[in-house]
Amino acid sequence: MHIPDGYLSPSTCAVMYTGAGVGWYASLRRVRRTLNARLIPLISVFAAFCFIVMMFNLPLPGGTTSHAIGVSIAAIVLGPAGAILATSIALAIQALFFGDGGITTLGANCFNIAVVASLVSYACYRLIASNAPLISRRRVFASAVAGYLAINMAALFTAVEFGLQPIFFHDSQGVPLYAPYSLRVAVPAMMLGHLAVAGLAEAAITAGMVAFLQHADPALLSAASGGAAATTAAEPIRPNSLRRLWITVALLMFLAPLGILAAGTAWGEWSLSGETHYTSSSPSSALHRLASIWTAPMPAYAPPFVKSASFGYLLSAMFGVGLLLAGSLLVQKLWKRRSTAGSTP
Amino acid sequence: MSRGGAIASTLVGLSTALGNALVSETIARKPGLLQSLDPRVKLTGLLALVLAAALSHRIGVILALWLGATVLGLLSRVSLPTLATRVWLAVLLFTGVIALPALFLTPGTPVLSSPDGKLHITEQGIVAATLLITRVETAATLTTLLALTTPWMQILKSLRSFGVPQEFVMMLNMTHRYIFVLAESASQMLESRNSRTVGILSSAAQRAIVARTAGVLMGKSIELGNDVYLAMQSRAFRGDTKLLTGFRMTSRDFLALSGFLLIAMIAIWLGRA
Repeated sequence: MHIPDGYLSPSTCAVMYTGAGVGWYASLRRVRRTLNARLIPLISVFAAFCFIVMMFNLPLPGGTTSHAIGVSIAAIVLGPAGAILATSIALAIQALFFGDGGITTLGANCFNIAVVASLVSYACYRLIASNAPLISRRRVFASAVAGYLAINMAALFTAVEFGLQPIFFHDSQGVPLYAPYSLRVAVPAMMLGHLAVAGLAEAAITAGMVAFLQHADPALLSAASGGAAATTAAEPIRPNSLRRLWITVALLMFLAPLGILAAGTAWGEWSLSGETHYTSSSPSSALHRLASIWTAPMPAYAPPFVKSASFGYLLSAMFGVGLLLAGSLLVQKLWKRRSTAGSTP
Repeated sequence: MSRGGAIASTLVGLSTALGNALVSETIARKPGLLQSLDPRVKLTGLLALVLAAALSHRIGVILALWLGATVLGLLSRVSLPTLATRVWLAVLLFTGVIALPALFLTPGTPVLSSPDGKLHITEQGIVAATLLITRVETAATLTTLLALTTPWMQILKSLRSFGVPQEFVMMLNMTHRYIFVLAESASQMLESRNSRTVGILSSAAQRAIVARTAGVLMGKSIELGNDVYLAMQSRAFRGDTKLLTGFRMTSRDFLALSGFLLIAMIAIWLGRA
């Protein structure tokens, strides 16, 4: 998944350095603010550990082998800020000292592998493990899913970066100047290997290590435990953090009408008539048939009964958030009922 | 090897990486053109050439940069076999496999068709694949030259001179040291496990061994981190880091920097679309 120099255009590299820079800045600030000097050697040693783990070959079903990247276990033990720094340092040493991965593409590699994978892994682990005790099997399952999704999300970002190159960077004769494959080729080619092989390697090593730590040193799993103790249930989430979350969601909903300021249409999100305009080929009859199966109740974020486009966007945002909340509450209720039924003798 | 395929191949990978690192340190200590330059000049100059290769749209210009990088390597006592095995062959195998389908998938003027007329190698496909391979080869040669001719401590000091935060540089330095400690520890664990293995291990058993080894290694890493912190604290470490940067630019360094930048600018100008 490491992108070498030459696959991405310099402008893409600059954008990716900016994205990774935001992750580094936020992580460094968090590390400086929340933790003491003890974290510096800990992150350094963990970066070295990630580097070594990347060399571990793992046999997988089907006779193939793959290697993990160790970012998921870093996110579970150090938290996302520590994991972003540790993985970025490991990638920087690979590029600068061992010449593995590029220097111009270091920003892209750090963004995909350190920032995206760390955040996805941490969020997924917290979501699935929830308040389960540190030694529960649910945490092992959560870590496996987190590892699998993290590496696949990183691969998806990498594939999209590759796939965008021929669209934006080609010469007058249509020759791609950097990675030559379009999204239609790059995404499946990249994802196939990661969904089938590399994701399994990351899942296996993360779950194996979490299971090992549960027996050897469960306290190490407390960084991403949501406050769960080794044997007891966790403390509830503080109301302050929930309030902040609600304020952010409300703010984002009110910012939703900004979408109508965007010029043109999002790439690939065309209607049937739009596709003719953008791809200079008329949609097939199969596409027409597919399009008629489901008609959205609020097409283009504009409910038919609302005249104002901005209000339509806002209403759509509120409706979408409401649907997600209702779905989440329903799942929680079902989960609780199942847990209660399971615990009663 | 057959007793524990994944374990044995991990051992080989670890020893190869350690061996490569030793070769780098040895080359970096040899007297040569790049070794004699200020590391900041090397970092800026070689990165400018990598950028020029990335910005150039002409194969001829990129090939000229690659040739220049090879000459630079020879003048810096980096042998052709070292470059060929560590860079050119590895890049050709990896990027070649990726670039090969571009010959057929890139739309354009057909230059060669299969007998049934279903597959065409296009002119544009050949140009796209050649551009990708030459650009990646050139960039990899230049970055490997930087890694081979500059001791790690000097690269770190250069990064500090370019404004990279002190904490980051300090963590890079510590990580670099611990990589070797942990690699040795991992090798010893895997080697002892491998030597006690009789018969062929199943994939599941190998996975369990690798995961357990990684778990023990992590435990050791964290213990090491705590020990190092206590050692640092006992030496009055309070979280502030200071690095000594004793570089002094000579007229030769200024000349070399001007040369690197001039070549990069010419390459960008000649290689424009």
